[in-house]
Amino acid sequence: MNETITEPPRGSDKNNRATHDLQNAPTEPTSRMDTHEAAQADVPRSIIEMKNLSSWYGSFQALNSISLNVRKNKITAFIGPSGCGKSTLLRWVNRMNDTIPTARATGSLHLGDLDLLGSGTDVVDLRRRVGIVFQKPNPFPKSIFDNVAFGPRLHMKLRRSELVDLVEWSLRKAAVWDEVKDRLNAPALGLSGGQQQRLCIARTIAVGPQVLLMDEPCSALDPGSTLAIEELMNELRDQYTIVIVTHNMQQASRCSDETAFFFEGSLIEMNDTKSIFTNPNSQKTEDYISGRFG
Amino acid sequence: MSEFNPKGDEQVKGQTPENSPVADPSPTNKMQLAAGKSTEQFRPTHLITSRVRLAKDICFQRMCILTASVSVLILVFLLGSILASGIPSLSWTLLTGFPEPEPENAGMWPALLGTLWVCSMCALITLPLGIGTAILIEEFTPRNRLAQKLASLIQLNISNLAGVPSVVYGILGLTAFVSMFSLFDDTGDSGAPSLEIGAVYYDQFSNLASDPFLASGDESARERYFLVPVDLRDDPTTVPTTGMVAYENQEAGLVPVEIIAIDPFAEDPSTSPDQLSRTIDETSTPGRISEKQWYYLRLPFGRGVIAGALTLMLVILPVIIISTQEALRAVPTTLRAGALGLGATPWQVVWNVTLPSAVPGIMTGSILAMSRAIGETAPILIIAGIVYIRSAPQHLMDDYTVMPLQIYNWTSRPQEEFHHIAAGGIVILLAILLTFNAVAVLIRHRMQNKLH
Repeated sequence: MNETITEPPRGSDKNNRATHDLQNAPTEPTSRMDTHEAAQADVPRSIIEMKNLSSWYGSFQALNSISLNVRKNKITAFIGPSGCGKSTLLRWVNRMNDTIPTARATGSLHLGDLDLLGSGTDVVDLRRRVGIVFQKPNPFPKSIFDNVAFGPRLHMKLRRSELVDLVEWSLRKAAVWDEVKDRLNAPALGLSGGQQQRLCIARTIAVGPQVLLMDEPCSALDPGSTLAIEELMNELRDQYTIVIVTHNMQQASRCSDETAFFFEGSLIEMNDTKSIFTNPNSQKTEDYISGRFG
Repeated sequence: MSEFNPKGDEQVKGQTPENSPVADPSPTNKMQLAAGKSTEQFRPTHLITSRVRLAKDICFQRMCILTASVSVLILVFLLGSILASGIPSLSWTLLTGFPEPEPENAGMWPALLGTLWVCSMCALITLPLGIGTAILIEEFTPRNRLAQKLASLIQLNISNLAGVPSVVYGILGLTAFVSMFSLFDDTGDSGAPSLEIGAVYYDQFSNLASDPFLASGDESARERYFLVPVDLRDDPTTVPTTGMVAYENQEAGLVPVEIIAIDPFAEDPSTSPDQLSRTIDETSTPGRISEKQWYYLRLPFGRGVIAGALTLMLVILPVIIISTQEALRAVPTTLRAGALGLGATPWQVVWNVTLPSAVPGIMTGSILAMSRAIGETAPILIIAGIVYIRSAPQHLMDDYTVMPLQIYNWTSRPQEEFHHIAAGGIVILLAILLTFNAVAVLIRHRMQNKLH
């Protein structure tokens, strides 16, 4: 496992303080962290590798022998018509499919060296390392602070001051701090949809994941909020591997590095986003991205 | 036509709906055909005029108002007649008095406290059990086939049990809790039941100060009673001996006293008033008394408070389980997914997310169930059956009566005056019910405000 992601602050640790300070001045390019990440980006390695992954819900086959690699610290977009299996694929990566009794999968799916389909996988720890953001913002009916502190409270033993720091760090990172800093104890359900979704992202990164899965994160948001989320993904791309499922092809072309096109449970094509949108190899891909169907 | 066609690769490329033979006679395709054949707009026929629909709407509205007002009117009538005959007979005696044969002195204090005891015990037992069962069924649905079958069997049973008449539960409670299938009928040598906690047995001895044989005339050698704990004696049948420590029941509690035992036919051991006051007859036979803590328990439960609480538990458990299940189902699955996605274990999801969101709903169901328990008469009539209780229950196994039972007893008397105080009792019962509900509604309201 290549532990190069930026850890959230842990109070007393000086290095992590630096990260925290970085967040106070996010545009500063000469930071130690940025150069380090830039060097990483030159040699992108796969973090999620799947081979011949097939999946069923009962007798219905949702995924048909998918083989693809998701590169580290890149934004990978999954596109395709509804019901093509992209959400199913996403939900296998952090085993959210475990909640569906009839769901099963064959093939291989690895996060680094961790076998995700193995029966002995520590799902709780996996979900800490692979965070997920859902289509509809789903903040808990608690205060804004408690929402962000929910994950850390599950996984870490932190002093109150450390927790406060971590919550601020996460909210800053999710670009929602300025809007909520004066009302951290207000109910999260009182925020607007876009703010709620950014709060959910803050909540997810507060536990220090390596991978962020986003299942149509903007489909319930207005264009302004969508823009905010896209800018946020752009900010986060240096430290997290992001996989985004989207129906919005402009969004995929705007903000992703790589794009995979799925159709009826199969991976049709995966390539650089630029190549997919300018020169797709498959006729189906071309039809889809040009809006002929879907 | 930008409609999604899952198998429409070829169709999208070449053919248009007009020249393609459409085999599927679905309504959309029919409309497409009609639209294709002529350039005219589709004209809907056989329209139901909006006047008819509006008339139906108004009709339905009126019917709703009618049914609602009929039920409210019946309630208002019942409440009005009870209040009219009950309020004049409300008095301090009715609230704090004891059941007496004369209606003007009769009160329902023991029944009031009995209701509080039984219902609070019932709530303490039923709420954790019922909510726990609902969580198990709703949140921890097993993956194993056999366990799933079992869970659905339990579910079926719970739904059926909610409709069983409460008198049936009374009979079940009588067998299961009062007599416990006669499994524990043997009692030990000490005269105390073999299985019990929370009770201390004493033998009570009196001194011989009042005995003319020992009477010294000294005021301090008055008659005293000593309590000797049964547990402290190796053999409960031995007579007390000199030097044995006993306790005297004084206002400050039990005070240890060393007693002196004599042979009544021997010479007087002392004339000191202090020693005389501690002197008892070696051959005297004590009376056995017991001191019971509030949590006193023995098996079988007998006709005590705990049996009543458990029987009422049977009555309201299905209601609480079903309403809790409904409340849990109403919690959006996205919340559970969100917590799971953050790495919460299923238990953490239930405790931190699902349960707090479901609390208002659970409270509503519990309020209704507890109101039913407070008003329940039939099962208590079977398992307690006693109305002339002269004291409030002191411990879990004590005899008790409840307010509905007391009211039922009064209404079945021939004297008119008893009917009036029964109405007064109903008013008190209603007041207690409303207070309970108001408190619960208030808590629910605060919880809801905190969530949103």
